[in-house]
Amino acid sequence: MTVPLALLGLLEREPSHGYDLKRDYDTFFGRGKPLPFGQVYSTLGRLARDGKVTGQSEPGGGPDRKRYAITPLGRQEVATWLAEPVAAEPYLQTVLFTKVVLALMLGRDAAGYLDAQRATHMRRMRELTEVKRGGPLTDALLADHAMFHLEADLRWIDVTQARLGALAEMVRTS
Amino acid sequence: MIIEAREVGRSYGSTVALREANLSVAAGEVVAIMGPSGSGKSTLLHCLAGIFTPDSGEVWFDGRRLDTLDDGRRSELRRTAFGFVFQFGQLVPELTAADNVMLPLLLGRTRRKDAERRAAEWLERLELADLGGRRTGELSGGQAQRVAIARALVTRPRVVFADEPTGALDTLTGEHVMDLLVGLAREEGATVILVTHDARVAACADREVVVRDGRVSDPYTTGAVR
Repeated sequence: MTVPLALLGLLEREPSHGYDLKRDYDTFFGRGKPLPFGQVYSTLGRLARDGKVTGQSEPGGGPDRKRYAITPLGRQEVATWLAEPVAAEPYLQTVLFTKVVLALMLGRDAAGYLDAQRATHMRRMRELTEVKRGGPLTDALLADHAMFHLEADLRWIDVTQARLGALAEMVRTS
Repeated sequence: MIIEAREVGRSYGSTVALREANLSVAAGEVVAIMGPSGSGKSTLLHCLAGIFTPDSGEVWFDGRRLDTLDDGRRSELRRTAFGFVFQFGQLVPELTAADNVMLPLLLGRTRRKDAERRAAEWLERLELADLGGRRTGELSGGQAQRVAIARALVTRPRVVFADEPTGALDTLTGEHVMDLLVGLAREEGATVILVTHDARVAACADREVVVRDGRVSDPYTTGAVR
């Protein structure tokens, strides 16, 4: 979903060849999952078809000899996307909530599940802390983003742990 | 194990703060004690550090019973083997940063010249070399906590006890303080026992335990973590 918009954003910075776009995408957004060349060119093809980029062929032929530039329509799309907040995730619908309620319904150890989930979250927090210690600022900021989300889950786990008795009562009587 | 609580119980009047709490910490380990407010986590830390005497159970430090030592011996142990970093109120605001760091050395009868040299070294390690002459009451929260860390580590303690060391700091300042505390303690080979309600702070530790209703839950020994 974000690949076309990320490529558009990179093109707004400066017109580029597909190869350079892939390299910049991998550097800033890839995070160990490089963008396949095929996806770069198919995405650029769709963006060109929709009038959001133009491709100027250069002597020599081949897809890498095409220089792409963003159009006013593409610029508008990037501006709109950047101005819009991402929809807040409905956390209470997540798998954590479903597991706790199901565990209580089925008379399983919901507190034990929450403890295990908490420890798993904490383990990930420690891994991300290590990433932040050794890595460049871009990695540290992405790790921060993940950690703040994990922290929100951890707070939810703690609050649910504290209210487990009341939730169990409600699940049993409804 | 460098320090252990065995079946430790402690009450305040009719309020039970700790019930048969167990915790074993290996030398050089960094352990976070987490838990809701009033769960007993600070009481556990204070029992381990010999500040509180448990009503029941035992506390062991380096192969010796700590809870049965008399007040004088425990005070000496706290001064020589332990370091402390608290959220507030541990520094003397009228004294300079260097004087605050020197204080435990002077109390331990280190010569003033040596104390001054070691305080200066530690202030430098805490990136405070230029602030040694400033009164701690004039420092920012993050700078004051770094002075507190220097003071805790200057005696080369075996164990550092930290109670909400970043509780009054913003995220980035707290992160910097934790990096310095844990990094320098590791360099010195010191054990760190840390009370915090903040998961980001706890993530700086090697492992965490959770105190709930006075009981310690350790997911790494109870099998909760698979």
